[in-house]
Amino acid sequence: MLGKLSWAAIPFNEPIPLIVSIIMVLSVVGLLAFVALKGWVPYLWREWITSVDHKRVGVMYCLLALVMLLRGFSDAIMMRSQQALAYNAPGYLPPDHYNQVFSAHGTIMIFFVAMPFVVGLMNFVVPLQLGVRDVAFPTLNSVSFWMTASGMLLINLSLFIGNFARTGWLPYPPLSELAFSPDVGVDYYLWSLQISGIGTLLSGVNLVTTILKVRAPGMSYMRMPVFCWTSLASNLLIVAAFPILTATLAMLILDRYLGFHFFTNDLGGNPMMFVNLIWAWGHPEVYILILPAFGVFSEVISTFSSKPLFGYRSMVAATMAICVLSFMVWLHHFFTMGAGADVNAVFGVATMIIAVPTGVKIFNWLFTMYGGRVRFSVPMLWSLAFMVTFVIGGMTGVLMAVPPADFVLHNSLFLVAHFHNVIIGGVLFGAFAGYTYWFPKAFGFTLDERLGKAAFWCWLIGFYVAFMPLYVLGLMGMTRRMQHYDVAQWHPWLIVAAFGAAIIALGIGFQIAQLAWSIRTRDRRRDLTGDPWDGRSLEWATSSPPPIFNFAVLPDVHGEEAYWHIKERALGDQAMPDEPSYGEIEIPRNTPTGIITAFFATICGFALIWHIWWMVLLGFAGAFATFVLFAWRDNAEFVIGAAEVGRIDRERRAARAIRLPTREQIA
Amino acid sequence: MTSETPATLEEDTAPGGEASSGIGGYLLGLGLAAGLTWLSFAIADGNIVWGPGVPAALLAFAVAQMGVHLVFFLHITTGPEHTNNVLALVFGILIVALVLGGSLWIMSHLNLMMPDQMRMDGGF
Amino acid sequence: MSAATTAAVHSGSDPYKIGHSDEQASQSTGHGEGGPASKRVVVGFGFWIFLLSDIVMFAAFFAAYAVLASATAGGPGPRQLFDLRNVQIETACLLLSSFSCGLATIAAERRHRVTTQVWLIVTGLLGACFLGLELREFSTMIGEGAGPQRSGFLSAFFALVGCHGVHVTAGLLWLGTMMAQLWFKGFKPHVLRRLLCFSLFWHALDIIWVALFTVVYILGVRP
Repeated sequence: MLGKLSWAAIPFNEPIPLIVSIIMVLSVVGLLAFVALKGWVPYLWREWITSVDHKRVGVMYCLLALVMLLRGFSDAIMMRSQQALAYNAPGYLPPDHYNQVFSAHGTIMIFFVAMPFVVGLMNFVVPLQLGVRDVAFPTLNSVSFWMTASGMLLINLSLFIGNFARTGWLPYPPLSELAFSPDVGVDYYLWSLQISGIGTLLSGVNLVTTILKVRAPGMSYMRMPVFCWTSLASNLLIVAAFPILTATLAMLILDRYLGFHFFTNDLGGNPMMFVNLIWAWGHPEVYILILPAFGVFSEVISTFSSKPLFGYRSMVAATMAICVLSFMVWLHHFFTMGAGADVNAVFGVATMIIAVPTGVKIFNWLFTMYGGRVRFSVPMLWSLAFMVTFVIGGMTGVLMAVPPADFVLHNSLFLVAHFHNVIIGGVLFGAFAGYTYWFPKAFGFTLDERLGKAAFWCWLIGFYVAFMPLYVLGLMGMTRRMQHYDVAQWHPWLIVAAFGAAIIALGIGFQIAQLAWSIRTRDRRRDLTGDPWDGRSLEWATSSPPPIFNFAVLPDVHGEEAYWHIKERALGDQAMPDEPSYGEIEIPRNTPTGIITAFFATICGFALIWHIWWMVLLGFAGAFATFVLFAWRDNAEFVIGAAEVGRIDRERRAARAIRLPTREQIA
Repeated sequence: MTSETPATLEEDTAPGGEASSGIGGYLLGLGLAAGLTWLSFAIADGNIVWGPGVPAALLAFAVAQMGVHLVFFLHITTGPEHTNNVLALVFGILIVALVLGGSLWIMSHLNLMMPDQMRMDGGF
Repeated sequence: MSAATTAAVHSGSDPYKIGHSDEQASQSTGHGEGGPASKRVVVGFGFWIFLLSDIVMFAAFFAAYAVLASATAGGPGPRQLFDLRNVQIETACLLLSSFSCGLATIAAERRHRVTTQVWLIVTGLLGACFLGLELREFSTMIGEGAGPQRSGFLSAFFALVGCHGVHVTAGLLWLGTMMAQLWFKGFKPHVLRRLLCFSLFWHALDIIWVALFTVVYILGVRP
């Protein structure tokens, strides 16, 4: 009746998972009860859960990422503390559990922290920067988010119903095959990622179409902000790479569920093919993550240097070059698998070549700052830290691009240090910069600067203290994912690394405090005009937060930095631009399709994991029925009348007119 | 999404749209596709075309037939109104070529490096 | 702000405005500068991008098939298993269904409800024939002990051809839904847009089948 599911799935006999599960369940239930008792459910349902507004969807993506950052980071703390303790000692995490912890850490950080954060920022910002009302397919956007949330729910369920994979964040066969991973762990991984992968793919289609087909009048390609270019490149990569992930995970699913022989040891399977295919996805994936971060830095550095971005066209060229080249380097993840010197050499050289356009970007950012009036606000601090940190990480990457060097360093802690260096220094710092930079646009008030700076310094110092020892350890020969070890020389470095993790934890604490404090004292830092940073691109032309339609009248774009020209002219004329003639605006209706489809997808996924076949059919039928029912509606939009549009826009213009006499000194 | 329409002529077209050519285009496409299919099956046993040349010929017929579908059924041409569509297609083809070509090259080298006994059991 | 000039402005010189000098106003030259594209263009292009992603997914299955094509593990191979006669009939069914889908598109453009439905039914029936033949082929092979669990080659074959079959099945479900929408709602704009997407999908499936029968079946049975 219930497939493989039984009471034995709940970890009653394992203290750590049990305690963590109890805490998690109580927190979630408590939070839901609190929300319900406060009467917030109708508001949340109407304004957020069923919203198809890209601004709301973007914020929800970022919120999901921040919450999962806590879970992924707890895994990190567990690993660092285990390794600090486990010299000639068992530590406190049994190997079986430790293996699940590092697998969950990687899976969560890549798929449920980095991806949603980056997708959320792109969702929020791109339509505003393009000067349009929403993405190309607003309802599909909502569905995409909720599918990601469904995957997140499944992976969190694995904590207290069953167990997670023990294979690492990429489940290489034959370990991930049924013979060697007979329990539900790998299945949780597979279905969680297949479901959220659908969401990501659809989001990629959505943003590519938006950037290519839905832009304000006059915004030709070479007038788009660089963030939109990097978003285009990133989403093209999503469209091109995620199908490979879908196919490869599907092959592993077929092996496990139906006894196929894609990757088995026997009857003709080829485990090496999994490694090849999964990295054909995996390498573009990391560029999917970093390109939007590069875009954030372009925006932040230009705004906070009070100068246009240096070398716009070379930035665009570098971005598209990275986009294409990222599909030509994937073998560098498995130099040691034995393809031979010829193949290794070609991919090694290609890997070094891809560092060149990134170098172009670094120089462009530096030249943007040179001669500018630099303001060291929190987003700028993240950007400066990024430039130093990412260059170090990039250099260690180019070092490992040399196959003979990689033969020594592959799967050592040197590798681990490298990819954390570029992902934390690049993606995460970029996400934090973007979060701080666009927070006032989303919520109408800026975040507290002091707590932001405290968080920044803790993260920066903590990162170096945690990861520089790992480079040393890698060169000393320590392999990754070790649950215990007996080499005395390694021990002090691992203790230092654990301290680094503690400093980062302090940084995260400051970030939580910053958010809480900023909300409590938000009236002191209201963004009244919509342009708190003296911005240069179109999102700063709207009020904070923007009205649902973003722009009362789509702006007419005349050059790069569209908003800067409008602003300069207004300041020069000492008058607002003429009031436009307002027309009525059609807005897509909210719909519960997203969350209902995700609900059935979760049921389907859970049932597939536990082999409850009747529930699978039920979930599938429900999802299909939801889709058909949604597709049947005739009334997809509602209208905001011209008078109302005019009223809202006049408020925005009045708030800005106050600032005309002087360009206020931006704090 | 918005009730505003562009002030001047919207030149881009969607793929598959604008089939106003009528049934003639589709009939021609059907004929060409059927012909290419028949040819592919006909040369399969290597009696008409020199044996080692058969894979190349089949590839050419397949690509031609895909082109017939694109032009006659999907109405994707190289005109300026289809630039975005063609660019997207080219990007897709590039990715397919890299994934297929790259995987075949890599996997064949990996298998070449395997000890003989293992190579005989399965794969290439 | 924007003077109305002729659309012939950008015929050759700088269609994407790579040059810097332009302070001119927004002129539509296609390429999205006249503001957001029409819904039909947006939906059609978005679906086209989705189709390209689907083709990449098929490429991954093709790659796996190419790698595992000789991994027969002592079991039957293509020459023992494939019936080219059957494949020819399947191909004819699918190609004709693509043609009938085109006829349905023409009828839809002319807003002939009955004709459109007729050609859609024909498309569906031909598609169902294709599926039926394929299912029969699969069950025969499984009955002979040549199921996907027998070897890596057979796993890759069943997955690749099966994936295409699953897409055809999904297409038929979609077709049925479209016919129902057309029946109850008529030629509303969103119904027409969805018919456009369906025809794109159906033609793309035939394109993929061309690759399939060439690479898997014809090349497979060669000596």
